Amino acid sequence: MSMWRRGIPGALVLLAALPAVAEEAVSFGRDIQPVLSDRCYSCHGPDAAARKADLRLDVESDAKTAAIVSGNPDASPLMQRILATDPGEVMPPPASHKPPLSAAEVELFRQWIAGGAVWEGHWAFAPPERVEPPRPVMPGWTHNPIDQFVLTRLESEGLAPSPAAPRETLLRRVHFDITGIPPTPAEIDAFVLDNAPEAYERVVDRLLDSPHYGERMAIDWLDGARFADTNGFQNDFARDMHPWRDWVIRTFNANMPYDQFIIEQLAGDLLPAATDEQRIATGFCRNNRSNTEGGSVEEEWYVENRVDRVETVSAVFLGLTMGCARCHDHKYDPVSQEEFYQFYGFFNSTADRGFYEEQRGNSGPMISLPTFEHQLELARFDKERQDAETKLREEEANAVPDFAAWRERVAAATPAELEAQPALRVPLRGRLTAYAGRERSEGESAAEPVWGTGLLGSSLVLSGAQEASVSLGDTFTFDASKPFSISAWVKPAGAGALLGRMDDGNAARGVDLFIGETGDLALHLVHAWPGNAIKAATDKRLENGVWSHVLATYDGSGKAAGVKIYVGGRRADMRVETDTLTDTIATEVPLRIGGRSASNHLKGEVAEVLLFDTELSRGDATALIDGALARAFSSEADETRQAEALAFAKLAASYELNRYRRKIEQVDREKADYVANVVPSVMVMEELPEPKPTYLLNRGAYDQPDTTKPLEPGVPKALPPMPADAPRNRMGLARWIASGENPLTARVAMNRLWAKFFGNGIVKSVENFGVQAEPPSHPELLDWLATEFVASGWDLKAMHKLIAMSAAYRQDSRVTPGLLERDPHNRLLARGPRFRLPAELIRDNALAASGLLSTTIGGPSVRPYQPEGLWDELAGGANQGPYIMNTGSDVHRRSLYTYRKRTVPHPTLAIFNAPSFEMCEVKRMQTNTPLQSLALLNDTTYVEAARHLARRMMVEGGSEPAARVEHGFRLATGRKPGPREMELLTSGLERYLQAYEAAPEEAAAFLKHGVTAEQEVIDQPVPLAAYTALASTLLNLDETITKE
Amino acid sequence: MDTLRIAQDMNRRHFLQTLGVGLGGAAVGLLGRQAAAATVPRPHFEPRAKRVIYLFQSGAPSQLESFDYKPELTKLHMTELPDSVRMGQRLTGMTANQSTFPLVQSKFKFAQHGQSGAWVSELLPHTASVADDLCIVRSVHTDAINHDPAITFIQTGSQLTGRPSMGAWVAYGLGSANEDLPSFMVLVSRGTGRTADQPLYDRLWGSGMLPSRYQGVKLRSAEDPVLYLGNPAGCTTNLRRDMLDQINALNSERHAVVGDPEILTRIEQYEMAFRMQASVPGLTDISDEPEHILDLYGPDVRKPGTFARNCLLARRMAERDVRFVQLYHMGWDHHDNLPDHMSKQCRDTDQASAALVTDLKQRGLLDDTIVVWGGEFGRTVYSQGQVTEVTYGRDHHPRCFSVWLAGGGVKPGITYGTTDDFSYNIVENPVHVNDLNATILHCLGLDHERLSMPYQGLDVRLTGVDPHHPVTGLLA
Repeated sequence: MSMWRRGIPGALVLLAALPAVAEEAVSFGRDIQPVLSDRCYSCHGPDAAARKADLRLDVESDAKTAAIVSGNPDASPLMQRILATDPGEVMPPPASHKPPLSAAEVELFRQWIAGGAVWEGHWAFAPPERVEPPRPVMPGWTHNPIDQFVLTRLESEGLAPSPAAPRETLLRRVHFDITGIPPTPAEIDAFVLDNAPEAYERVVDRLLDSPHYGERMAIDWLDGARFADTNGFQNDFARDMHPWRDWVIRTFNANMPYDQFIIEQLAGDLLPAATDEQRIATGFCRNNRSNTEGGSVEEEWYVENRVDRVETVSAVFLGLTMGCARCHDHKYDPVSQEEFYQFYGFFNSTADRGFYEEQRGNSGPMISLPTFEHQLELARFDKERQDAETKLREEEANAVPDFAAWRERVAAATPAELEAQPALRVPLRGRLTAYAGRERSEGESAAEPVWGTGLLGSSLVLSGAQEASVSLGDTFTFDASKPFSISAWVKPAGAGALLGRMDDGNAARGVDLFIGETGDLALHLVHAWPGNAIKAATDKRLENGVWSHVLATYDGSGKAAGVKIYVGGRRADMRVETDTLTDTIATEVPLRIGGRSASNHLKGEVAEVLLFDTELSRGDATALIDGALARAFSSEADETRQAEALAFAKLAASYELNRYRRKIEQVDREKADYVANVVPSVMVMEELPEPKPTYLLNRGAYDQPDTTKPLEPGVPKALPPMPADAPRNRMGLARWIASGENPLTARVAMNRLWAKFFGNGIVKSVENFGVQAEPPSHPELLDWLATEFVASGWDLKAMHKLIAMSAAYRQDSRVTPGLLERDPHNRLLARGPRFRLPAELIRDNALAASGLLSTTIGGPSVRPYQPEGLWDELAGGANQGPYIMNTGSDVHRRSLYTYRKRTVPHPTLAIFNAPSFEMCEVKRMQTNTPLQSLALLNDTTYVEAARHLARRMMVEGGSEPAARVEHGFRLATGRKPGPREMELLTSGLERYLQAYEAAPEEAAAFLKHGVTAEQEVIDQPVPLAAYTALASTLLNLDETITKE
Repeated sequence: MDTLRIAQDMNRRHFLQTLGVGLGGAAVGLLGRQAAAATVPRPHFEPRAKRVIYLFQSGAPSQLESFDYKPELTKLHMTELPDSVRMGQRLTGMTANQSTFPLVQSKFKFAQHGQSGAWVSELLPHTASVADDLCIVRSVHTDAINHDPAITFIQTGSQLTGRPSMGAWVAYGLGSANEDLPSFMVLVSRGTGRTADQPLYDRLWGSGMLPSRYQGVKLRSAEDPVLYLGNPAGCTTNLRRDMLDQINALNSERHAVVGDPEILTRIEQYEMAFRMQASVPGLTDISDEPEHILDLYGPDVRKPGTFARNCLLARRMAERDVRFVQLYHMGWDHHDNLPDHMSKQCRDTDQASAALVTDLKQRGLLDDTIVVWGGEFGRTVYSQGQVTEVTYGRDHHPRCFSVWLAGGGVKPGITYGTTDDFSYNIVENPVHVNDLNATILHCLGLDHERLSMPYQGLDVRLTGVDPHHPVTGLLA
């Protein structure tokens, strides 16, 4: 990386301003390539489809054939075109809206070509080059090699480093960066007074050993991993991936080598004899949103999820924006569209689906993670089920031994006399013309019905076609205000109307007795479906291919409650689905056996249909069955009929056994609920047994695969190849990423770590190491860190320590106007970092200062204060119900655990730039808005914390106001106030005291915020309120929410 | 407006006092900076409008029962959708497996209105009464077929999550015209037609890769119209002012020591927060509205959180120069029971939408305000589920839908674009969603191709990467 001797950001601006620098040789990577990338590549770059004039400037040989004459700027078409004045000639063309090259840029191009147009590949795709740390001039400042790089660079810029930060400031800084929890006053005192040379190192070691280290690391990792507690998209149902978050925290704390950390998250399931832990790790890949919106297209969202994984993995591990190549070749980086889909191929054969229609909770594949207690409870469910099953089997065996015994029982039973006389008797044998009143309806087939023998000796065989059903004309009239009963024998072979007098063409007006898909029976009485109708259905089910007797009765009440159905003589439990009938059900269409007027024709057999104009009873059902059976089996029946009769008897008897079946179903349901709602689970990766073929999708559209060319999974050619023997699956990919040979992985990780400590990465765009990225500020340092990281065995804690121990990190962050003007963003590191805290730490700091912070680690997400109605306003009853706040100390857990609803991010965090976790984000914005001020002033979180901070001031701070104020200031900012600050604070306190003395009722009201207020004993409301107001100002200070 | 000015003056006074105490000479620099920040970005060319009120009908209202009159359907009612019309276009999973696609005519009658003779359904009598102010576009079409991607698309120009929404683009492109209010505000109401309808999401008014100060601020009907706006009980306005002075003074002290300009920005933000505490309640308190104005918007206007109230608030925001007011009215997703649901939704929105146009017009504000009414896609001509005498349903239809525009720069009294006899395919003057958005930007003096933000090498635009154009036929 020798080309980077002077690589600094904004180099062009500085070059223009500082001619001294211009004497340095022009660098392709620093000076030329960024301009080519910005102004030229969109038409003359890697994207073949968008390429103009067949010219590409991203490939040396092409550029030098057509546009550049090395050593001769004036003869180079490129120079001629960028200098042209004719709008038709000049590059970039005005229509591209790209700004023309500045004079300084043109001059750089001229020098570069004159100097031979030395070409270099993109730095980030070449392996890191480890150089000896340089030897700066200034003695005594450097602590470790990091400082040698930083100081040498400062010296070359004519700058000196800042003095070391005050000890309190440094302590607070390193606490936020390593554990995210500010130091306590005792820890501050101990450190300030500890003069031992290794005092600071001890602090760093203590923090790296803290279990809160893993939490601080997880805050950043969760952003990239797009971790959330809901599925996103419009339903945004809840999911629960907290076991994965716990894995992340645990694993960081155990300091798992980063290469292993990568492998387990991308492909832990493919490790030999993968453990639960390793499978949990793959939840990383499953954190993508998942669509449950009814009517979505499976393949569309299957593709979206895989694209999301490519984008996430390439951004988090490789610092690449591969997503750009989804629809076309990448405009700037050497990633073709085909290569995008090859990379996509690594994720294309996994078992998770694209679309889970209206499904709540986690979706498969997933693993259940019961604790010991959960396991006991699960065993109890299993035992209960087993007992019921045993009972059921016993009774089933006893129920109907054989035909002879059954026949005896039928014969022995004295059938009760049926008192009611049917209004219409349809024996279903012989010629139908025998039935009085029957008329063949228009268009009906003239064919005679098909007769069978059936259980009773004669039956009507229904094929499911209209012509097989039998119309009986106006032989029976249903009236919603009068009782009726329908008795029939049926052997179904599918769903349909057993009997109906119903007009399909007129909102289904009329009545039918309907056999559903699951064998349940329903009686419909309809004026207009579904708004004005009755539907009552049974729990008992008919079995396809088995005869049964059915009796449906209706009491004339006009209500669903007036419907009863007996199956095999047993009364069925009814399920009312519709109960809105208010008008007539009379219809002109004929009564029909085996269908409605034009639809829902039954397949199966029907025998002996009786219609009554009275409401029959259970006794009548028994009498109807026994009478029919006695008649039918008075003589020897053939074997088929015997078998059918026995099957009927078994089915009827089995209804008695339903209580065991119900018990089993109930236990199953309870267990499923328990597993779904109580036992934690985590969604994981699982490979399909047979790989799916991968194709390029034209324009990135799911329904436009280029099936002429199946693609092998693979990595972009601009990067080192996968080893020849590596499997072409996720495991192969994971190992390729987690390799010291990969030029990006270690650099990207170290850059992100650097950004955590210094606010900016060495490469400013931590999310993008591609050609469009601003060149690194300290390229040699970045490479040194990357190689050191690999050499350390990918030891994250060691790298933390190295950076935290550097003198560069330990500088004071104060800035002079001169330095601010020279280096506004502190890219040269002549001072320490000063940045607003991340959203989570702003809240955690306030809770810690107030003493409210609960330091419990891990577990499901929690729901702290959130303004009421926030979910409902957007989602209403459509998905998850209202936000229900936690109670007790869960209200004050670290913000890392705050519930993440993707479509309505928690405002306490979102206002301070926490992402919505819908997609991978490896860099947060830093804004400064009035909504942030309002939140710190008025959010219950901070008003309650202020009161508790006030209490600490009064209880721990002694009796003097000055000492109390000092204590509070220290709790919030980690340092003691200066004299001028003390003056402002104490005079403020005086005024607040006066204000509340004048209005004690305001004081009382001010002390009632937050869940803790209820248990508090308030003996001095006015002073406490005044101190609370003061504490609130402390929590609002810029310094309080800033890492200095 | 007087209350606003008083609050502003008061703030400035306090502000100067604070700075006088803490900053001394730095005060001049800070004020200079603030003045510089107040110079708003310029439009690309002479604008016709300064602001937008977007009445978004979430869930997708049926064009067949509102603006796209199809008399042929009377004859074709209950016949099968011809394959030649559908042409194998994709359907949602909700009707893709339907064995039959029966055409259904609108249950509601249409008539022509105004001098322009615009066809409007009987469900929208008030809208019909302002037909001559409207530019009805019957030929809008979109790329997406399900709600989330489609709403995201019409609002951001991309079906993918994470792009800035139109309001953020406009705020970014035109800057703020009122220092006391956010330049992009959002109002949400729930329909009575289908109560458990499609939800909305915060990101719909997000700023994507634009700085987050351009994101929409949702005004709620709750006690705090803006999150955390109100001082907590027990903290009076005077006490708050005192606390802010102290915070600012201490922040100034710190700035003098550490020199980080971010601290000065924070002081400004606290002042803006305080101004919002005065200006937002002034905005949402409608007690100064006369009876005849309330009556114009209809009875719902008296209920906070309704569409009618939000329309009135939108007008008040227009008066205060809020750049982009985004309303959402939920409840338009009528897969079944459409006639009933649709009647209720129209009752929710018809009078107030028309009143907003009338009210803006009578105040001279319609000349430089664009009002947009529409959903994320249309609905199918064939019924989803059973058709009965009283009811039917319609599935999602991306290939054509109706939107109306009114006000600054838009041609009034026209109906633009034609669909076939089935309201299935567009036969004349198609308007892609991105063309529609380019047109709205054009009215604001913004070139949709130049209003862009480089992000990861891509020039991100509201109108996407493919070529799109303002529709000249819609422009006055």
